[in-house]
Amino acid sequence: MTKLNINGSIKDVEVEPATPLLWVIREQVGLTGTKYGCGVAQCGACSVHINDEVQRSCSIRVGDIKPTDRIVTIEGLSATSSHPVQKAWAAVDVPQCGYCQSGQIMAAAALLKRVPKPTDKDIDEAMTNICRCGTYQRIRAAVHMAANDTTRT
Amino acid sequence: MNEIIRDTTVSRRAFVVGSAVAGGGLALGLQLPSGIDTAAAQGAPEATEINIWVAIKPDDTCVIRIARSEMGQGTLTGLAQLVAEELECDWSKVATESVTPGRSLARQRAWGDMSTGGSRGIRTSQDYVRRAGATARMMLLQAAADEWKVPVGELTVSDGVIRHAASGRSTSYGKVAAAAAKLTAPDPKSITLKDPRSWKIAGKPLKRLDTNDKLNGSKVYAIDIQLPGMLCAAIKDCPVFGGKVKSYDEAKIAAMPGVKKVVKVKDTAVAVVADTWWRAKTALEALPIVWDEGEGGGVTSATIAQRMAEGLSASETNGDWGTGEAAKAIAGAAKKVEAVYGTPFLSHACMEVMNATVRLSADKAEVWVASQNVESSLAALSEASGVPLAKCEVHRHDLGGGFGRRGGTQDYVHQAVAIAKELPPNTPLKLIWSREEDQAHDFYRPISQCKMSAGLDADGNLVGLHLRVSGQSINATLNPTGIVGGKDKRQLQGLWEEPGDAQFGYTVPNLLIDYVMRNTHVPVGPWRGVNTNQNGVYLECFIDEVAKAAGKDPLEFRRALMSKHPKHLAVLNAAAEKADWGKPLPAGVHRGIAQFMGYGSYSAAVAEVSVSPQGKVKVHRMVLALNCGHAVNPGQIAAQVEGSVGYGLTATLYGECKVDKGRMVDLNFDTYEIMRLAEMPKVETVVVPSYDFWGGVGEPTICVVAPSVLNAIHAATGKPVRTLPLKNVKLV
Repeated sequence: MTKLNINGSIKDVEVEPATPLLWVIREQVGLTGTKYGCGVAQCGACSVHINDEVQRSCSIRVGDIKPTDRIVTIEGLSATSSHPVQKAWAAVDVPQCGYCQSGQIMAAAALLKRVPKPTDKDIDEAMTNICRCGTYQRIRAAVHMAANDTTRT
Repeated sequence: MNEIIRDTTVSRRAFVVGSAVAGGGLALGLQLPSGIDTAAAQGAPEATEINIWVAIKPDDTCVIRIARSEMGQGTLTGLAQLVAEELECDWSKVATESVTPGRSLARQRAWGDMSTGGSRGIRTSQDYVRRAGATARMMLLQAAADEWKVPVGELTVSDGVIRHAASGRSTSYGKVAAAAAKLTAPDPKSITLKDPRSWKIAGKPLKRLDTNDKLNGSKVYAIDIQLPGMLCAAIKDCPVFGGKVKSYDEAKIAAMPGVKKVVKVKDTAVAVVADTWWRAKTALEALPIVWDEGEGGGVTSATIAQRMAEGLSASETNGDWGTGEAAKAIAGAAKKVEAVYGTPFLSHACMEVMNATVRLSADKAEVWVASQNVESSLAALSEASGVPLAKCEVHRHDLGGGFGRRGGTQDYVHQAVAIAKELPPNTPLKLIWSREEDQAHDFYRPISQCKMSAGLDADGNLVGLHLRVSGQSINATLNPTGIVGGKDKRQLQGLWEEPGDAQFGYTVPNLLIDYVMRNTHVPVGPWRGVNTNQNGVYLECFIDEVAKAAGKDPLEFRRALMSKHPKHLAVLNAAAEKADWGKPLPAGVHRGIAQFMGYGSYSAAVAEVSVSPQGKVKVHRMVLALNCGHAVNPGQIAAQVEGSVGYGLTATLYGECKVDKGRMVDLNFDTYEIMRLAEMPKVETVVVPSYDFWGGVGEPTICVVAPSVLNAIHAATGKPVRTLPLKNVKLV
């Protein structure tokens, strides 16, 4: 039995310790907003926050997670899609197919927590998730917009 | 509002199908097959169907039905805009509802073509959906006129509110919908569609309707579906194309956690079924499988390249067109230019890997799937399961990327059904491919090479051009019966003589364009832009080489050849003007230009590129101009143009599916590199609609991305780049 703190609640999961956190989140916990894209930490579709840092959950063994680790998925980023990053994503009309956007939003939210006013270079370095629809230009614009959101706490 | 309604909420008693819409007039009294299309939502306010495309709720919500697939390209929003424009409804009260193929079939395919490829989603349905909007508006107005006993001509409507000025009365669509539904649809001849120049909803850069659930993880893609009692499968097809399963030792994995069954799928693949996908995949990786690799095991990228090269000088061709005597003109020219170009196989690499979930019983078959052709999904489900079409249904999910991969083949549906047939009836089975399987078994962008020769006269005028494509045919893989007399004209897409779709944009006095078909054992298929990509690189980069040989500016050289192709020329000029062609650039930055036509639309691009002393390419800015005839949503057109730069630049910089020992080599994003945000240039989109045709949007601009960048590199380094991707090319 593994105890996971996901989006503020404790989940007990019965699973092999080598199982990637991504698949535990999707298949045992049942939260499917976190996506499978590559399984080798390249694309970032599986990005979640662990103790406020963005991590690629496809390449983290669930057995390496401590019960005290705070995991936040896209479903837990805000209750009403009101996180400044989510608002900016809507305002700039970022998503096309949308599949990678959970991961993009989680990566952007973690960046802004670390660097409140990121430069283009900061964004280049932090936003390394793959988008095949090519929404990168709008992602950049939306990160800047979120950084300038005066309601941001 | 603006949510996507997934369940039908239409009153079965209120069918009135407009005869103006495609396949309309068929539904009255039609018997619905049992178990299909009866998912009327419980408790939700019922919508009254005015015609097959428009249903209206008492609260004035206008439900607009969408038959095409949404994969990010924005077709859903554009189609809704076109209907709403003619309907004169309140855009803030528009909801969309996607129509399933089972439902359409039950009404004798009332919704017509549901396939979504070739940038056709809007342009081939715009007429009948606009007419449906207009028909519904006329019926709603007539219902109000009847109630008030006034001539319909005295009524006005705006934002779904009907007014009679003389009496000061007003009502809304929701209030008259039930009465309108009982009326006979107007004579199609009485319908006048609006002049697109006067559009108020269409033609505007409105936000997408389908964004909200993409921001919080609540959108359910096909890969996310969860059903009670569901099992999951991972699959491995013979890595060598055309190979088969020889044997496997399932005892080795029988005791692994969660494993339920090992299934041989057709003769070529093995699947492991388990209680979760991760357990299925883990067990599959541990399963010893012996393959019979068949004849393809010795094929490599080098042997394929030789096959393409042989075709460049073959005496027999599969098709050609031209004017004058190209060979003679080139032979006698004052100056000759010759070059051979080549482009590789590419995978689609949709972010959502291939997957399908099926549930079968003796008298019903269902699939949950992301599909660009849901009627093909339905047909695949029926064919593979043996359940009649009328008892099959496709639960549509918006696609996590399509790009041509999820069209007619539906290979994953066939596989999922084959696995589910080995399970107890009514057991839901979700098949998910690993990324590695997705890369190993795509229908790849066709490989080809191109040899070009040109002759210039003493004044640097182009007097002769011969262009020979040697490459693989998509029809040979996907539609062999479509090859008549050895021809697959799509190999010359973008180089066609005839106007309207993908026309060659230059006039050359002596011209020969021909192709040979050289197929391989690697399966190929449409890939965003299809053969306009490869042919655009060949023609547009070679034209730059010829312009340079002539000592002329590449823009001026093109203009001189384009006077008989004014639409091609107009977008070229629009791109050049917006990009300040000819004006100074920062030191080290160089421009390249290209134009091409595909999918009924005209495209041009200017790229600004620098090449570092170490040979590293940086694309700073791209300006793309597009004439798609009518621009239904300029904001979403810009998004598609930006997306085409992302997809096209990835191909230019990194894209290559190498073949060794008959199989794909690069099976994940660690070696099959994808461009990231840091390399995305600033993209500026110039939409120049000429209002006299309906062209596509999703695909047309991608074909000018690579050639404009390569031409800028040529300008920067003085050397043409003739093979892709750039990661393999030493630039300095």
